[in-house]
Amino acid sequence: MSWSVHATSVAESCLQRNAWVCPAYVRTRSDILLEALVEHVWLTFGAVALGLVVALPLGVLASRSQLVETGASSIATVLYTIPSLAMFPLLLAVGLPFGPSIVVVGLAIYTLGILLRNIVVGLRGVPEDTLDAATGMGLSARRRLWSVELPLALPAILAGVRIATVSTVALVTVGGLFGFGGLGNRIITGQQTRFNAEVLTATAMVVVLALVLDGLLLLLERRVTPWARGRAA
Amino acid sequence: MNDSVVGAAVGWLVDPANWSGTGSIPVRLWQHVWISGLAVLIASAVALPVALVLGHLGRGGALASTVANLGRAVPTLAVLVLLVLSPEPFGIRNVVTCTVVALVLFAVPPILTNAYAGIRAVDADLVEAARGMGLTGPQVLFRVELPLAVPLVVAGLRIATAQVIATATIAAIIAGPGLGRFITAGFGNQDTAQLIGGAFLVATFAVVVEVAFQLLQRRLTPARSSRTTVDPVLAPLPVDTRQPDLTGF
Repeated sequence: MSWSVHATSVAESCLQRNAWVCPAYVRTRSDILLEALVEHVWLTFGAVALGLVVALPLGVLASRSQLVETGASSIATVLYTIPSLAMFPLLLAVGLPFGPSIVVVGLAIYTLGILLRNIVVGLRGVPEDTLDAATGMGLSARRRLWSVELPLALPAILAGVRIATVSTVALVTVGGLFGFGGLGNRIITGQQTRFNAEVLTATAMVVVLALVLDGLLLLLERRVTPWARGRAA
Repeated sequence: MNDSVVGAAVGWLVDPANWSGTGSIPVRLWQHVWISGLAVLIASAVALPVALVLGHLGRGGALASTVANLGRAVPTLAVLVLLVLSPEPFGIRNVVTCTVVALVLFAVPPILTNAYAGIRAVDADLVEAARGMGLTGPQVLFRVELPLAVPLVVAGLRIATAQVIATATIAAIIAGPGLGRFITAGFGNQDTAQLIGGAFLVATFAVVVEVAFQLLQRRLTPARSSRTTVDPVLAPLPVDTRQPDLTGF
């Protein structure tokens, strides 16, 4: 390499120096990074969505029965302590095919505890008078659940979704060991090739993604609670 | 249930060859135990005094919640890999140091937030009464606030320990010590028996420790139900959803 004072050579040199922060890396590998980001978002979304699909009916039952609540939440707590690196292979043992589904299902299991708890708190928080009024207006139990109870529980549910999403974004990276980790794939490859910029860039993107999703869900939370707006400090 | 996979994993688990020598199950289990224990000890030594003092003074609520939120948003895998790529005293030749440091970093938030919340949750009237009886600040902290905060302090230790055991497993990806090595080796060598057997060992170990802690916590929680715990991982419930989580502190 000659000492040509080209703008590019200065930029490329951060690749040669294996610098942690390297704009040239981001510029030249933007397609790979974007692909990893998109995969990361999908895995996160899939896990939280699946968690909600399971937790919602379970939460409705749990809000009506102490027995269901205690049972479901203690199972969720125990499942939560299984390390993710072990959870993914264990899902293979229970019959899931090798693929992104082990990551999505595994991470969905971790969201159950927090989602369940927030759904129960939200539903139990609906005032007795409101329920009586709804029944008095002739709403069936099903209508009352969908048009009164769940909308009123929505802020608490969304607060749970927000926490679940942030921790899922971080956990998706572990799927990288099996090749289904979104930005985690970049972190693992970067470690194997000792490529500092790749690891730090992917890490920063994971943290930023978590913060952005956190902010977006917070906005959504505010939006679905118009009655709280006046009271908000 | 995938019977052939489960059968192979059981075969691996009962194979005497996997129970002796370097890198055997007892060796890896012991590594996992001591490294996790050490990390929880160091994290407690760092976080507990800070939490107790801040809780006693009623300051630093924002700090506690920021630490908890950061602990949730930063991927443990990334921290492990960043440390192993860093220069001395970290780096690939100091994998154990890298692992312990990462474990401590992720054990601090739950210990800190729960101990802080525990002290803050003590009835203000009780503290007032203790002061009225002439107890000094430290006496109030150690004779009134701390004893009442014990269940939450233990809850924090329980959550931190679960976090540490999980992170120690992930440390196998950077060739760190512990049971996770069976999972990475099993996957790397396409040895399904070892992969699943290792995962089973890790899960069993984590669940056994969790259940033991829950029993301990129940014993230490007087008459009141055990539902008074604040769990920053499984959510300090922001029932007032106009505010971000953990504002209860």
